[in-house]
This record gives sequence, structure tokens and C-alpha cells, in this order.
Amino acid sequence: MLKTFPKGGIHPPENKLTSSKKIKRLPVPKVVYVPIAQHIGIPAEIIVDRKDKVEIGQVIAKSGGFVSSNIHSPVAGTVTKLDMVIDSSGYKKQCIVIRTDVKNESNFQDIEYPLKKEISLEPIEILKRISDFGIVGLGGATFPSHVKLNVKEGIKIDCLIINGVECEPYLTADHRLMLEKAEEIIVGIKILMSALHVNKAVIGIENNKRDAVELFKHLTANEKEIQVAALQVKYPQGGEKQLIRAILKREVPKNGLPLDVGVIVHNVGTIFAIYQAIQHNQPLIERVVTVTGKKLGDPSNFWVKIGTPINDLIEEVGGMPEGTRKIVNGGPMMGKAIKNTDVPVTKGTSGILIINEDEASRGEAKNCIRCGECVDVCPMGLEPHLLMNLTEKGMYEKAGQEDIMTCIECGSCSYVCPSHRPLLDYIRFGKNITKKLASSKN
Amino acid sequence: MNESILNSVLLLVSLGAVTALVLYVVSKKFYVYEDPLIAEVEGLLPAANCAGCGSPGCKSFAEKLVTTDDISNLFCPVGGNEVMKMVAEVLGKEVAEKDPTVAVVRCQGSCEVRPKTTEYQGPKSCAISSMIYSGETDCQYGCLGDGDCVTACKFDAMFMDETTGLPVVITDKCTSCGMCVEACPRDIIEMRPKNKRDLKVFVGCLNEEKGGIAKKACAVACIGCSKCEEVCPKDAITMVNNLAYIDPEYCTLCRKCVPVCPTHSIIETNFPPPKVKKVEADKVGEVTSVNLVKDA
Repeated sequence: MLKTFPKGGIHPPENKLTSSKKIKRLPVPKVVYVPIAQHIGIPAEIIVDRKDKVEIGQVIAKSGGFVSSNIHSPVAGTVTKLDMVIDSSGYKKQCIVIRTDVKNESNFQDIEYPLKKEISLEPIEILKRISDFGIVGLGGATFPSHVKLNVKEGIKIDCLIINGVECEPYLTADHRLMLEKAEEIIVGIKILMSALHVNKAVIGIENNKRDAVELFKHLTANEKEIQVAALQVKYPQGGEKQLIRAILKREVPKNGLPLDVGVIVHNVGTIFAIYQAIQHNQPLIERVVTVTGKKLGDPSNFWVKIGTPINDLIEEVGGMPEGTRKIVNGGPMMGKAIKNTDVPVTKGTSGILIINEDEASRGEAKNCIRCGECVDVCPMGLEPHLLMNLTEKGMYEKAGQEDIMTCIECGSCSYVCPSHRPLLDYIRFGKNITKKLASSKN
Repeated sequence: MNESILNSVLLLVSLGAVTALVLYVVSKKFYVYEDPLIAEVEGLLPAANCAGCGSPGCKSFAEKLVTTDDISNLFCPVGGNEVMKMVAEVLGKEVAEKDPTVAVVRCQGSCEVRPKTTEYQGPKSCAISSMIYSGETDCQYGCLGDGDCVTACKFDAMFMDETTGLPVVITDKCTSCGMCVEACPRDIIEMRPKNKRDLKVFVGCLNEEKGGIAKKACAVACIGCSKCEEVCPKDAITMVNNLAYIDPEYCTLCRKCVPVCPTHSIIETNFPPPKVKKVEADKVGEVTSVNLVKDA
């Protein structure tokens, strides 16, 4: 019996259309739009001006505080303007617009480095570089990695978990990365293990990626410290708390962090970015993005420079198919529908999903029939119907008592609801208000 | 037979007497003194419990009025000066005097002039849709059209106009409690002074984009051309972030700004039809969508 988390969860159709497609390199875009708020926390502060010449990998926006991250220029070129550009939230946000210098050769050099195994940096230097090189969690939450790794004295970490679950339907970015950069990822894991002084690491991979499981098992056959855990296919196993429960059978306390049970979780994409930063001095300026959809001509995985307009990606896979109703930034479960295709790829963009009109509609919301499906599938053991009702009635304090803040917004409840009730919409709203109320109290 | 009637009567009477005694003792023992002034002041207040004053209801506002020494910063917007004057007489304290105000909707982006570019199928609430994204149109400043203000209004003074998709204020019913202002996530609704004939001139747009982008999203958007600012004799108009704002404190309602606006984004309400040239009169007729208010 494969490992998994015990409470709730669903199994939506996987639709991993691109799992056998090699990651291609997207041509360098003519113009990149780099938002200054690509991570959770304080937006970075712009340190370049109009008409400045920037080199590839140069810091263009400096971390605005502890929970913040540096942002580097993904291309060599000229800053044409500092403008407001619509990002995936639908609102205009501050962006640095850089025109690529087509004559500068560094833009077109191969970024594929040879594998480098020996680690030359000290733990302190490793952590410093992770912070300087703008590494954030690439699983989707974009939480600055150096904050996660900043373990206070007295807290004992005994296990590092590598998240290669990719439980979102359609997305295959992590899967392909694991297949193509397996050895680099293992070096990356060793880097983190030495930085954190941990001597156990577990790579969690869902069993629908059999090839990745086999590959990692083969590569780590002689490494006692690194284990591979094949997990039962169940959404949302990629959630930190669910993954820890599945692999180690440890329950992270509510409102607690994985640190409380001695664990740190990192996504495979983040691990690869850390490898690139430590071994090859490359800051986080590109990532893997899955561009997918049932009607697309050639759904594929790409290495994409941060700041590339999503339009370029769609053009590359054969253009927007007819009858498109919805473009989602991310996967179908947790992704966000975007308003137009000028939205740039950010550090958190794991996929672009194009949905046709027959699948885009949400269905009319009807009354709750009290079937309890949402309670059954909630991986956090909450009562989504209750939280929605409380939020709808404005009883935020009561919703707070019912642990609305522990919701991980996986969307399982909205997915299973036979009455198509907008459960997650209300819960998200309730969380927002509860957060505001709590901060105004302090 | 008689005995059983007598027994039950006696039992009930004695039960009643004992209970009365207990109630009497309890009411004496646990008596809480309440200033009779509070009840008197509460009687003067409109009893709307709208929370427009900042207190949760009229009773708690009355308590606040009685217990606070300096009440010059407390005001009941629904009752207005009249009620506050009576309160002042009863309490013998000084109260503030405020000009009556009325809510105005500073957006004219009807379905016709502001085309929808996306569709949103979530819950019908401005607060939620504004949290999720910037709305169905390309204007991230304008009305979302889900009617949170109408739901918030406890005086039936607002309704959604189905043809324009925008909320409309019924001026006569508006008590200026300010609940709609609070409910609107985009700060579109503003309280503006209400004079005797309810004459108002204000900019019906909040779009801070540069002219071209604003105009593309909405045909009646303020494009920040500053023509109104130049023509205003009292310097009541200021341009901030490509957006004009008419300060009601300095505005004399001369309406010179209305015809110069190239996008008709300045709204004038309840003025008699002007005796100027015909061309301009037509334009004015187009703009005064808020004139609907009176008819409604």
C-alpha cells in the first residue's frame, strides 16, 4: 500500500498531456515585463532607472525587507520604462520593462551547464547566496526560500522533504524537471542538507510519475541519506502539511509550521534553482512552465525567462485555439484565471492552462443539499459549507473560531459540490477579512 | 369537586405570590441605575440603527452622547442638525453642525459605454469579485455592478438600474448614513453636500489611467485633459493622477466645467435646462444620467 495522507482529498482527471515532452527553450522575448512583487511578502525596491543598461542576472530590484526577495534581470538590455502592467491578479502592478539587446550575445548563450558535484561553499555562504540570488518557492506559493531556511537556534530539523508530487492536473513542469535534471536535483538536495546540517532527506513523488520514481531510486541506490517515497495519487498531496503527514506520519499543528515537527519542505523546482545558484552562480531568472490545454496544437513544457508575456508562450504552441473561454495561470485546481495574455510569467507561474468553452463554465449555484461531500474531502478537516455560510452572513469572528485560517485553498470542496456552490470564493474572502480584523486588533 | 377547584386556586395564588416576592427581591437587589437621560436621548434619535454614526445602534449612540463630555465630534447623519440640536437642548452640551450630505455614485460606466471584456461567474458580491480580480471590464477603478451598496442601504435609497448596470441613489430617501460608502470596495460612492434643490456638480469617474487607456476602457472616462481645471474660476478642481476632482467646498456650481469636458464625465444634477445654445443643451442632456434619481 502506497503512502498518502489519511483525511479527505480527491482524484480529479489527471490530463497530464505533456508528461512525455522534453522541456524546450523558449526564444528570448523582445521585451520582458518584470513585476517587483513576484513573491509573498514585501515587494522589492527598484534600483534601476529608465534608459539604464542592465546585464543578464543583474539585480534590478532589491529585497524590501526580511520576507522579500531580490529580483534579477532575466535578459541583457535596456530598461525602457518603469510602468504599471496587469499581472495575474487582474490589477495593474509596478513592473520593470526591459527591451532585450539583440546584439548582446549573453542573451543567446546556452544556459545548460555541465553537472558539478562538489560543493565548495560553507553553510553560511549557501544561505546567503540563496537569499541574494532571489530564490523563492517555485511550487506556487513563492515564499522566499531564505526565510524558510532561517532556522532559529534550538529548533531541531531532522528531515528535509523534497516535494516532487505535482498533484495538480495538467501540470508536468516538475515531472519533466525531475526526469531531465535528476542528478542536479540530487546535488541540490545535498547542498541543502549540508547547509541545514540534516542527514535525512525524502523525495516525495506521486506514483503516476513512475519513471521519475524509478530514476531517483536508481540514482540514490548508493545514498543512504536520501530516500524516495512513492505516494498514492491524491490531490492535494503537494500541500506541505499533507505531504509531511503522508511521508513521515507527523501532524503539523494547526496554525503551525513544518518546523514545529522538525521538517523543511522544498519543491524540486526550488532545489534546482538552488543548485543553479550555488554551483553555477545563476540567479533565479528562468523557470519551467507547462503550456497546456486539450485544444492546443502542441502543448509543451518550456524554459521561460521571468517576465515573458504569456502571449509569447501561447504563440509558441500554435496560437490561441478557437473557442477559448478561460486562460488559467497555474493548474486547474489552484490556478487563477487571467484577464489578458499580456500578463508576464513570474517566479510563481508553473503552468498556463487554456480551457475551452465546454469546460469553462462553473454551473449555476444552487442551494446546499447537506450531502456533506465538502466535509469528506477537506484535507484540513474543516467544514467548508459552514465556513461559507458564516462568511456570507458576515460572522467572521465565528468563522475564525471554526479555523477558517487553516484552509489551504485547495478547492477540493468547490470541486465536489453537487450544487456548484462557490465555497472557496467565500472562504477566501472570509480569510481575507479575518486576517484584516486580526491585524487591526493588534 | 369544590375542594379540588379551591385547592388549585390556592396553589396557583400562592405560587404567584411566591414568584412575585422573588422577582421583587431580585429586582431590588440587582437594580442597575441607568441615567434616564439615555432613554430620553434615544427617543430623539431616529431609531434606524444604521450605525452611520459609528456606534452599533441608536441606544449605544445615546449612551455615548450622555456619557461623553465633549460631543462635538459625534453626529447622527440620519437625524442631521435638527436632531442634534434637540439632543443639545436635552443634554446642555455643544454639538457640531454639519451641512446635509447625500451619496453620489462617481461612475458612469454603463454596459453601453464600458464594454465587458471578461465574464465572472462567482458569487455576486463586489467585495468578493474585487478580491479575485479587477472586474469584468477593462477599468479597474469603476463600478463592479454587483450591488454591495444596494444591499448595505437600510433605507431603500438605492437600486440597481438594470439598463446601465449601475447603482442609483434616490436622493429623497438617502439619509447619508454612509453605509454604502463603506460597502463599496472601490470607493466610488462619495458624500457630497446636499443643498436645497439638490444641485450637484461632480466628476463621474475615478479612472487614474492616462487618457488613451482610460478612454479605451470606458467612453465616458476622465482622460485627465485638465480643461475643467483651466476653466474653473474658483480653483475648485484639482488634477491628481490623471483624474479631476471637484472640491465641493470651493465649487460654486457655476457649471463652466461641464460643457468643456470632452468625454462628458462631469455630472450635473437637477439643474433647470440651460438657456444656452442648443448644441450644448443636447450634450448636457446626455450626461445627466443621475437625473433619473428624481423620477425614480
